[in-house]
Amino acid sequence: MYRYDEFDHDYVRARVAEFRDQTQRRMDGALTEDEYKPLRLQNGLYLQLHAYMLRVAVPYGTLSSRQMRTLAMIAERWDEGYGHFTTRQNIQYNWTKLTDVGDILDALADVEMHAIQTSGNCIRNVTADHFAGAAADEIEDPRPTAELIRQWSTAHPEFAFLPRKFKVAVTGSPNDRAVTKAHDIGLRMLRDADGNPGYEVIVGGGLGRTPMIGKVIRDFLPKADLLPYLEAILRVYNLHGRRDNKYKARIKILVHETGIEDMRASVEAEFERQMREEGGPVVLADPKQVERIEAYFAPPAFADLPAKSDALDAAMASDPALAAWVATNTSEHRANGYSIVTVAIKGTGEAPGDATTAQMRALADLGERYSHDELRISHEQNVILPHVKRDDLPAVYAALQKAELASANAGLITDIIACPGLDYCALATARSIPVAQDLSERFAEPARAKAIGNFTIKISGCINACGHHHVGHVGILGLEKSGIENYQITLGGDHTETMAVGERAGPGMSAAEVGPAIERLVDAYLERRSNDDERFIDTYRRLGAEPFKDALYAA
Amino acid sequence: MPIVTDTGFVPDDSPALVALEDIAVGGEGIALDMPLDADPEVVAPHFNRIGLIVIPFPSFADGRGFSLAQRLRALGYRGTLRANGHVITDQYPFARFCGFDEVQIDDALATRQPEDLWLAAKDRPVPPFLKRKAQAWVA
Ligand code: HEM
Ligand code: SF4
Repeated sequence: MYRYDEFDHDYVRARVAEFRDQTQRRMDGALTEDEYKPLRLQNGLYLQLHAYMLRVAVPYGTLSSRQMRTLAMIAERWDEGYGHFTTRQNIQYNWTKLTDVGDILDALADVEMHAIQTSGNCIRNVTADHFAGAAADEIEDPRPTAELIRQWSTAHPEFAFLPRKFKVAVTGSPNDRAVTKAHDIGLRMLRDADGNPGYEVIVGGGLGRTPMIGKVIRDFLPKADLLPYLEAILRVYNLHGRRDNKYKARIKILVHETGIEDMRASVEAEFERQMREEGGPVVLADPKQVERIEAYFAPPAFADLPAKSDALDAAMASDPALAAWVATNTSEHRANGYSIVTVAIKGTGEAPGDATTAQMRALADLGERYSHDELRISHEQNVILPHVKRDDLPAVYAALQKAELASANAGLITDIIACPGLDYCALATARSIPVAQDLSERFAEPARAKAIGNFTIKISGCINACGHHHVGHVGILGLEKSGIENYQITLGGDHTETMAVGERAGPGMSAAEVGPAIERLVDAYLERRSNDDERFIDTYRRLGAEPFKDALYAA
Repeated sequence: MPIVTDTGFVPDDSPALVALEDIAVGGEGIALDMPLDADPEVVAPHFNRIGLIVIPFPSFADGRGFSLAQRLRALGYRGTLRANGHVITDQYPFARFCGFDEVQIDDALATRQPEDLWLAAKDRPVPPFLKRKAQAWVA
């Protein structure tokens, strides 16, 4: 894992002191509320319905057990005993007191963490594949790239006051688990015909009120050219992105309005100009620093194991629940005899992504004992143990059961994504958590969930789409109609490399109607699928929306 | 309307500003009023006749001026570069990194954010990327 150098240490400490000073200047009146707000946001602090919300960065979703324990401690000491893991691979505390923020930030700095640029109109915390460095299908670990981008973008003097927020995601695998096409910039690592490493650069994706799938602006960018190229995109956006209307200020609108060809021409011209600079582009990464970063992400020393674990096979034969959990919640690791474990933070009837202090500590212990001291947060609001020996899976499962984290539902219909919605969020038009809770109870029966197979439900409490509803197989968008919550259903969304934005199925419905409607939809799918392996999304693509719309509105 | 520099507030004694469309007319050492949507390449041929370029900041939240300054410097402009308008002390180091020499603010802002705050702003945390760069250049 990445370790701070002296500059990171100094900087994070200095930022805490600076933020205390900014807050003081706000109180003195030297800063107006308008001026203080972006400074507060760039330090991760939101003003919400009931309290301040602090959003802590988990860079590219990777953290150590020690860091997880600090997150638990913060939840216990300064919040109400839990934290909320988000689709941005961050953790949010919903009950923060303004007077505690400085101390919380200091506690984070003690373990090389911070809340810098988790909000505001700047380059946000960079996200990456949560299976990075572990997945069998990976070309290259995306985290050194993500870390380099973090370093470059932290307090970038030119890009701290952009037209709007700016999100970058990186994947090192052709199977896109990082939702790269729904980001302002998505980077897919690949190799050219001669085997040289580089990136496909995707620009202008985004969700929110105008969902757009990102477009390829450069098919192949040599790895070393990354920062000047990003700098070029950001400069064009900073100068030309719309500032007259915040709903049209994201780069996706600029790309849409200028067209990808013109956008590409402007970016390439700016990139070329930098490459011609005397002595090369100012922003080129220092190769020594790149090497240093890469060394930190060198794979842990995996044991030389047989691919098959007899201990696990024996345990599964006598414990069907373990077998079911292994089938859904483990993924193929690149090292023989290892698995990637997905811990579902999605207990039946619970708020997706909410973890208690005790659960965070249990996860920290498991990470330390069984996963080379590493944990990941996924955009599906789950926690990943990236490097677990298959021999250890029974012990891990037993510990998760004790911590009430053993739901065998990764990728299944109850692995629901939901934003905080009206329970916490000041912008919400409807609740999303109770809808998720209701659905998770309806499909709680493991055999049924298993029979339905891969099925993603994503729920947002307003048009901003923090819950990714546009790219759920089923998306649920909570709106408000004359004071009453009203839910709009979209069908056919897909968040992977075959990304698609879901289609609106018809008129909205009340909260009470959502559950039964989704049950009818699922029944219609089970009747129509060509075989047990045809996922809902495949059946939907084969048959079109009609039969599913009919089922939704059959009542 | 004080001008903020690294040494504190100084009075404004700059010449009258020339609009971009009149740039070809003036003589030597002119002061250019640079519109935010102008292309710096248009100005580049005149760099040696320009002593001061002023870039407006209609709002502190409008960061276009930072990129414009960066572009002008990258194109070889070596005269004085000034940000004018709503810039707050927290942005002063950013402005300096992007190539600005100074910032002009109105009297109300200068009262709310007096000289000592601007002087203290010089010592705000330096972005680590720039520090690493500085070290690499030294090495
Ligand atoms: C609770 C306070 C929150 C507020 C005030 C908030 C605000 C917003 C707003 C205004 C947008 C729309 C931006 C645009 O389209 O320009 C947005 C999008 C988004 N937010 Fe949030 N959000 C909150 C919580 C969250 C949470 C909890 C998550 C993760 C679960 C999240 C992740 C996202 C994502 C993924 C998007 C859409 C992707 C995109 O940027 O286009 N946000 N948020
Ligand atoms: S989608 Fe809306 S309700 Fe949900 S967190 Fe985002 S802004 Fe809040």
